[in-house]
Amino acid sequence: MTRTVILALRAALFWLMAAIAVNAQSPIQDLLQENRAAVEKASRKTIDGVIDELLASGLPQTREVLAKWREKEIWQRKEDGLFFFAKPLPNKNIQLFDIETGDPVGEFDKKAVKQLKPNSGVRSVIATALVRYQLTDPDPRKRAEGLRAIERGPEASHLAALRAAFEGEDDPALLARKQRLERLLTISYDEDSAARVAAIESFTGDLGVDARAALNPLTSTTRKAAAELPTNANIKAVIKPGTARLSRDQAYALLVAAELAPARITAAEKKDALIANIVEGSVAGTPIHTLDTDAARTQAYATLAAAGTVPAEVTAADVDAALAAHVFFDQYDEPDANVTDAAQEALTSISTKVGVNQMFDLALDGLSLASIYFLAAIGLAITFGVMGVINMAHGEFIMMGAYTGYVVQQVIPDYTVSIIVALPLAFAITFAAGVAMERLVIRWLYNRPLETLLATFGISIALQQLAKNIFGTQARPLTSPAWLDGALVFNDVVSISYIRIAIFVLSVIFLFLLLFVLNKTRLGLEVRAVTQNPRMAASMGINPDRINMLTFGLGSGIAGIAGVAIGLYAKVTSELGADYIVQSFMTVVVGGVGNIWGTLLGATMIGSLQKGIEWLNPSNTLAAQTYMIIFIIIFIQFRPKGIIALKGRAAGD
Amino acid sequence: MERSFFARNPSTLIFITILAVFTLGVTLLSEGLGVDVISTSMVKTLGKTLCLCLIAIAMDLVWGYCGILSLGHFAFFGLGGYMIGMWLMYERTKAIVVSATAGAPLPPTPQEIRDGIGTQIFGVVGGAEIPPIWYFADSLFAQLALVVLIPGLLALVFGWLAFRSRVTGVYLSILTQAMTLALSLYLFQNDSGLRGNNGLSGLQNLPGAENVPQSLISIYFLWASAAALALGYLLAAWIVGGKFGSVIRGIRDDEARVRFLGYHVEGYKLFVFTVTAIIAAIAGALYYPQAGIINPAEIAPIASIYLAVWVAIGGRGRLYGAVIGAAFVSLVSTWFTGGQAPDIPLGFYTVKWVDWWLVLLGLSFVAVTLFAPKGIGGLFDMLSGRLAPQRHGADLGPDQGSFREKEAEQ
Repeated sequence: MTRTVILALRAALFWLMAAIAVNAQSPIQDLLQENRAAVEKASRKTIDGVIDELLASGLPQTREVLAKWREKEIWQRKEDGLFFFAKPLPNKNIQLFDIETGDPVGEFDKKAVKQLKPNSGVRSVIATALVRYQLTDPDPRKRAEGLRAIERGPEASHLAALRAAFEGEDDPALLARKQRLERLLTISYDEDSAARVAAIESFTGDLGVDARAALNPLTSTTRKAAAELPTNANIKAVIKPGTARLSRDQAYALLVAAELAPARITAAEKKDALIANIVEGSVAGTPIHTLDTDAARTQAYATLAAAGTVPAEVTAADVDAALAAHVFFDQYDEPDANVTDAAQEALTSISTKVGVNQMFDLALDGLSLASIYFLAAIGLAITFGVMGVINMAHGEFIMMGAYTGYVVQQVIPDYTVSIIVALPLAFAITFAAGVAMERLVIRWLYNRPLETLLATFGISIALQQLAKNIFGTQARPLTSPAWLDGALVFNDVVSISYIRIAIFVLSVIFLFLLLFVLNKTRLGLEVRAVTQNPRMAASMGINPDRINMLTFGLGSGIAGIAGVAIGLYAKVTSELGADYIVQSFMTVVVGGVGNIWGTLLGATMIGSLQKGIEWLNPSNTLAAQTYMIIFIIIFIQFRPKGIIALKGRAAGD
Repeated sequence: MERSFFARNPSTLIFITILAVFTLGVTLLSEGLGVDVISTSMVKTLGKTLCLCLIAIAMDLVWGYCGILSLGHFAFFGLGGYMIGMWLMYERTKAIVVSATAGAPLPPTPQEIRDGIGTQIFGVVGGAEIPPIWYFADSLFAQLALVVLIPGLLALVFGWLAFRSRVTGVYLSILTQAMTLALSLYLFQNDSGLRGNNGLSGLQNLPGAENVPQSLISIYFLWASAAALALGYLLAAWIVGGKFGSVIRGIRDDEARVRFLGYHVEGYKLFVFTVTAIIAAIAGALYYPQAGIINPAEIAPIASIYLAVWVAIGGRGRLYGAVIGAAFVSLVSTWFTGGQAPDIPLGFYTVKWVDWWLVLLGLSFVAVTLFAPKGIGGLFDMLSGRLAPQRHGADLGPDQGSFREKEAEQ
């Protein structure tokens, strides 16, 4: 009887459906209706079958249905149980759309329809299913997005989706990414040991951070202690206690943690126990004022332990026995020995290659630092090296250049144009400042080099304070143009920012410009003549005063340009120049006074040395600077005149 | 007949008399022992100034007399301060730890006290262990010996290396500057064992003298500083007064000629460098208990350059010049930067001396170098009517005896 009724009802339902649905035949609707109960009351356990069926059907609407389902945009019409896409209208009615065609079906009252609200577990299952669609999306950007999502949060379920998505991938870059990702997921999630080993081996020597991220967890170990070595565990190594890798204290702590041995009484526990057992000013018969040494306390504690008041202390003999009775070993968290061996091997080869690349990166860093030092010191090399004038205010000229760049940026908002304007302007301003200083001060002190040092120092502190008064003490930004943002990336290890490349290029330009000026022009000839013998030069018709003035201006002008360059990657403060002055002097002195090539060598040496020392002790750049200065002091012992020393009469002295 | 030391150096007697009168005057006017006109902080400032005068004498010896422009003497000054500071801080922390554990149920073991001190002192840099360099910190005599030994040894080794390879002139100046920079950078590290950039603090509290008020302690330190300054002045006057002084002046004026005359120039320079380093260290050891705190910024290269500024403004090549320069510039500097100097309203802009004092100092320094190479001390020559011997060309050197033929020709 009941059966007949149900059958009749069903028939009526089908008839009703056929009547209401405008496009009667809708395979996806049929499919959903077949699994209606599972869809309505979706749970993580029951949903898999429905989704598998949907995916297996290969219907074109599957993807949209899944996406909308996940977004809670599928509604069910109560009267017939059909599923629709829906959009709430401002008048609180719900507009339904057919899931097959997307055509509007009509407006319904809120009470006539019911929203499907899958819980978060169901939604994540749907999301995984959607990944497959995303990976095969016709839009390459969508595909790339899907890959990025997997890279961020890989899951075991992504593996099958990825493998299915190779076919039909026409973008070779994306295909390569998919394949790489598939191999990474294979390492982590594949069930087949041989496949995992093959995937691991394919990453031998790979520099990618993702490869290391996938491999490292495989080689993680846990240190354990046991009475006997377990036979079925994947053991990396057996460790003897009392060695550098495992001290006896650590080993005993492992035993205590594994509850294989009683805990030792710490000094603090001992003290607490003694305090707890104070009776009338004494502990176990010992007056407390005598308990001010460890020996006395141990003695008193032993008395207490003998009386049974406190647990007995673990003696050294107990510790020896416990350590001897147990084995200590590192056990891989990954049970498969083949996999761990392959991962270990791959990681070794990777770390070798990473080391080589790090050396390369370090060399680039050193070169970049060298070019900064070179730029900062080259102006000094001219004034100090060629003219023999110590200019302690050189750092402040660098600072003036940087502030010029900052001021120009306040006036010209376009960063590219402002840099192009700032470079010559900084040169002009510091050139003028240098000429003024030479005329007013240094000219009178040519025969008193130590006093030049002090007078220019006076100017230096005055300029520094002046900058503080004008611009304040806080750092001012000198923003680089957008095309200098970012970095030139060779691989995951080696990269260098474009600003540093620009500074490098700038310093190379100045190297050749100065070489040209000094060696090929009339001015350079006169400068060299005045440097070697001012009186003889004067008798040849050269005006030494004018040449000194121009040389000093040139050196100062270059400091200004260096200031703009340094300001681009460091913050502009009034102490900017002071930070570089000592390094600049050392660059000149180490390189050899009076020689541009010497300055280049000096800068290269100091730059690469500083980076090298930093690499040895990366946590501590202060120590690196200290050791570098000590090295320079020792270096000066062996070559007091620098790397390239002038010989003969030009050396002066 | 050999005249007595004071007869040959009349300025010494005058200087010591003035110093004694000054010290006595300050004592009588002080808060601790006198009529309370000069506050304790002012007494401390004056005591510190005396220490600065002492290091200025050292600087004058090495630069004004021997011609070595050392830009690193504040490193020795700071090291001296650190050495005495270690004892002060250790003993005071020990007293605090002992008194804190006095009420505990069990008397503390030596190890517990040591741990407590370690946590107290090094907790700020994330440590609890007392580093090995503090080994002698519980012994005043050992640390006092280190005040002399450590800076002396550093100066000896550095000077030996530098003079041996004949680094002279501006090169040596830059090298000494590099030394002090390296030292301050090293001390800035937290794991240098001297509390990184926190430095050592609370040095004004003398262990064992908790009941003596600061007003009295400041007077004691003033006396000690005055005594050290007097002794340092006597020592310096004695060194430059005799034949030794002639040789080092000769080295300043023409090193090569002195060497050709058969003197071991490097030995003389090394001696002067080391002795002045020790004088600087003693000055530092007296200075920092009065300042109360020492940190690596104190020995940054700039401090040593200021030292040269004082000596140059005071007048090189005469001991009282260095003292006058140090006292004058540091006191005026305190006055200006302390906000006591009146602002100058210019209508459109008010000159605040806190901001503009360094500009004034820098420019006046240039002016002194250019127009008055003899510094303030040169005024005494004018007063006493002593004139430089008439020579062809301008007066070149800071000292009457110095005559640089090479320069005069050019």
